[in-house]
Amino acid sequence: MTPPVSAAPAPGSTDPSIIRNFCIIAHIDHGKSTLADRMLQLTGVVDERAARAQYLDRMDIERERGITIKSQAVRMPWTVPDGNAEGAEPGQYVLNMIDTPGHVDFTYEVSRSLEACEAAVLLVDAAQGIEAQTLANLYLALGADLHVIPVLNKIDLPSAQPEKYAAELAGIIGCDVDDVLQVSAKTGFGVEALLNEIVTQTPAPVGDPDAPPRALIFDSVYDIYRGVVTYVRVVDGKLSHRDRIQMMSTGAVHEMLEVGVISPEPVKADHLGVGEVGYLITGVKDVRQSRVGDTVTSQHKGATEALGGYKHPVPMVFAGLFPIDGDDYPTLRDALDKLQLNDASLAYEPETSGALGFGFRCGFLGLLHMEITRDRLEREFGLELISTAPSVVYEVTMEDGTLHRVTNPSEYPTGKIAEVREPVVKATILAPSDFIGVIMELCQSKRGQLQGMDYLSEDRVEMRYVLPLAEIVFDFFDQLKSRTKGYASLDYEPIDDQAADLVKVDILLQGEPVDAFSAIVHRDSAYSYGVMLAGKLRELIPRQQFEVPIQAAIGARVIARETIRAIRKDVLAKCYGGDISRKRKLLEKQKEGKKRMKMVGRVEVPQEAFVAALSTTQPAEKSKK
Amino acid sequence: MPAAAFGVYLHVPFCATRCGYCDFNTYTATELGGGGAQAEWATWAEAEVALAACTVGRREAETVFFGGGTPTLLPSADLVRALDAVRRELGLAADAEVTTEANPDSVTPESLAALREGGFTRVSFGMQSAVPHVLRVLERTHDPEGVARAVAWAREAGFAEVSLDLIYGTAGESLADWRRSLEAALACEPDHVSAYSLIVEGGTRLARQVRSGLVAAPEEDDLARKYELADELLTAAGLSWYEVSNWARTPAARCRHNELYWESADWWGIGPGAHSHLDGERWWNLKHPSAWAGRLAAGESPADGRETLTADDRHLERVMLELRHVSGLPLALAPPERVDAVVARGLAVRRDDRLVLTDRGRLLADAVVRELVA
Repeated sequence: MTPPVSAAPAPGSTDPSIIRNFCIIAHIDHGKSTLADRMLQLTGVVDERAARAQYLDRMDIERERGITIKSQAVRMPWTVPDGNAEGAEPGQYVLNMIDTPGHVDFTYEVSRSLEACEAAVLLVDAAQGIEAQTLANLYLALGADLHVIPVLNKIDLPSAQPEKYAAELAGIIGCDVDDVLQVSAKTGFGVEALLNEIVTQTPAPVGDPDAPPRALIFDSVYDIYRGVVTYVRVVDGKLSHRDRIQMMSTGAVHEMLEVGVISPEPVKADHLGVGEVGYLITGVKDVRQSRVGDTVTSQHKGATEALGGYKHPVPMVFAGLFPIDGDDYPTLRDALDKLQLNDASLAYEPETSGALGFGFRCGFLGLLHMEITRDRLEREFGLELISTAPSVVYEVTMEDGTLHRVTNPSEYPTGKIAEVREPVVKATILAPSDFIGVIMELCQSKRGQLQGMDYLSEDRVEMRYVLPLAEIVFDFFDQLKSRTKGYASLDYEPIDDQAADLVKVDILLQGEPVDAFSAIVHRDSAYSYGVMLAGKLRELIPRQQFEVPIQAAIGARVIARETIRAIRKDVLAKCYGGDISRKRKLLEKQKEGKKRMKMVGRVEVPQEAFVAALSTTQPAEKSKK
Repeated sequence: MPAAAFGVYLHVPFCATRCGYCDFNTYTATELGGGGAQAEWATWAEAEVALAACTVGRREAETVFFGGGTPTLLPSADLVRALDAVRRELGLAADAEVTTEANPDSVTPESLAALREGGFTRVSFGMQSAVPHVLRVLERTHDPEGVARAVAWAREAGFAEVSLDLIYGTAGESLADWRRSLEAALACEPDHVSAYSLIVEGGTRLARQVRSGLVAAPEEDDLARKYELADELLTAAGLSWYEVSNWARTPAARCRHNELYWESADWWGIGPGAHSHLDGERWWNLKHPSAWAGRLAAGESPADGRETLTADDRHLERVMLELRHVSGLPLALAPPERVDAVVARGLAVRRDDRLVLTDRGRLLADAVVRELVA
């Protein structure tokens, strides 16, 4: 039986020796949220009735996409019973479950969450095996010196292959096949045993209770009622609600308004001690003032040395966001301001496009970050947006030695260029070995260099590539998924930059360049990019009363050309008594439609053409969410 | 202010078979219940004419037009009975134009003579094409030879005005096929020809066939070429265009009833689904014959919906309708700089105080309208 919560050790005065801080590393859909729910129920933190499915995931978008963007930490009391089969020391414990974001764009945030733990539960679907992102996060966990507890989930599924995947996990982390636990989060099978194993296997936190306080910020969330809620793991000393605290990266001082733990609702405490995980509220209104990875100390007699590993988030992918209706520009600006309160890695500045009007050049950690931000702008703020094709940061050195940092193809310098450098990533692809050939072909066409390849099991392979980030942000992931029937998974991490033979391709309509369609591409793919986009536009732009040539050009040299023939017929055959109302309404609709046209010179281009031409995904793939 | 011209339209919603391209309000069953049967149509049409007279009082119709469906599927006596009701309840101008649409298959010398005797002055035959494979795709059942015969019978019956309807752009129709149809139509020496490009209307069998790829959608450039060919051959044969899709041998041979629509005049629509317009007020009847008849049986208006036109609506309608006509749009109805732009591009010319479409402009009439009212 679970003890009542009131008997649990109080926050702030918990002996570090009974604290166990752990996280769960898992791929989307491998059942992390279900497992977390089950743990919350077993520990009595959430009762069965109140258990909202997937308690830890808050935002709608996360739920729809089945991913966790923002992590949180829940404190769970757990009593290990006498004579348990796992051989854990009986007694009362405090388990802090720290949720980690599960996607490629949030590697740094994952690493900070991991830093707050001593162990990681590696949760893998017993019917699917490990995925690339999970593997990448596992390596992060191993790099952070965490103890790894391998667990196969969904063993109740008829398609489960526990022996095969236990062997795979054992091979990857170097443990015995018998050490791989088997659970079914759905039915609850094995979850109690897992809690006992966590107690046994996770090292208790170690810190100096008498040293100046130092706590690691592993998450920071904006709440409209409370301002920024900062999640911390105390390493040394203690943080009291009476302290004034200092952020060590900036030196900024804040008044502490409240400290506490989440269980699963916020519970106020006097202070947080060594090894404890909880939250603090200071009244700041912007997560950029309370950055993930930073060290919190007290202003008075504070620590002098920060905990290691703080990095300022650097946007890697850039795109222009423009409201379809120009009147929505102020709404877009306000919406971005609001999102930034909760997203320290979102960067933006005003941008003007000849074709798309006023908007913002936005910087993102990666593609998913971009898509989520766009989704939220459209959904939460009711905006209709056009986004330009994503771009990376190029360093362009001119022959006269001047250096340009280009995040927007339309700012690509003209003149004699000595060198262009582009960011490259280390990519890990996991897939069934049947697909090795097609993956190699794809990576080769994307200028990838194979670094190595390992078999995880008989028929699953890990391939490591160095690839230009620009290729990844274009359509790599979609291509990978479609060529491997959805079986391949991808993870990538920026590592370096490289010189490359890159050129800017412009698209001209009736001789007028359309800035929104300019792209920086490798010289070898310039022709195919030009042909592809010109062809797309020929289909997307309605015929005008005059012929419209579409050209793709590098500088003054035209590399591809298409023509939209002049329209010859635009008249309804019949207009009699019963047709008049209908025809009038049709004309009114067309008049409205004209307002949504952008003029490029004399050419009317519908917004939809921009949206469709700039999307790299196939429409069919886009529609399924 | 003199009252606007007034016409009466009567909708006969019955056909022997339904053609795949047709989206008109028409039914093939002879025995629709609740008063919707073909045999009862004339009774309820009379009732609606009487109801119209209660609203507008005696107002002489300058034109009467029986459309469908296939009006001539009904016995001539039924059509004459409905026309008599118009004459009796509303009044009919001495020189009124009285038209019926007809399928070449559904007339005989006797039925045509009966119509002429009953006061009909004009017949419009749905010829569509003279090419068997085109008629097959259109699912028209008539024998192409039958058209010339029907026209001859109409002449014998004393109809001075005979019109032929043609459709171009059917899947599989070559330019030569279309020329053949035009030449066959002209061989009948009609006073009037209407030529319509095939429109794939939503909800029709044709639309489903196009969507599933069974039938090719009409191609705009092909339609434009065929329109130009029609204009060339019809003009050479002495028929001049007077509306985008209509050509007449003399101004007198124009369809006066249709001109009422294009002049925003008044008309009363009798029959299921018929539309009416009186001085900026439009309404339309219930579509199903049984529902329509049911209302009339209860002594109620069969109207299903209505709209009151705003000044802007009326302006937009005038521009879109009058521009389609050879007499053009009064220049006062469009901003001069827009008129200049349209004229400069060769889409229209100024003629006296009106703007008239050029040959090229006729094919781009909707674009011109949008530009003039934007």
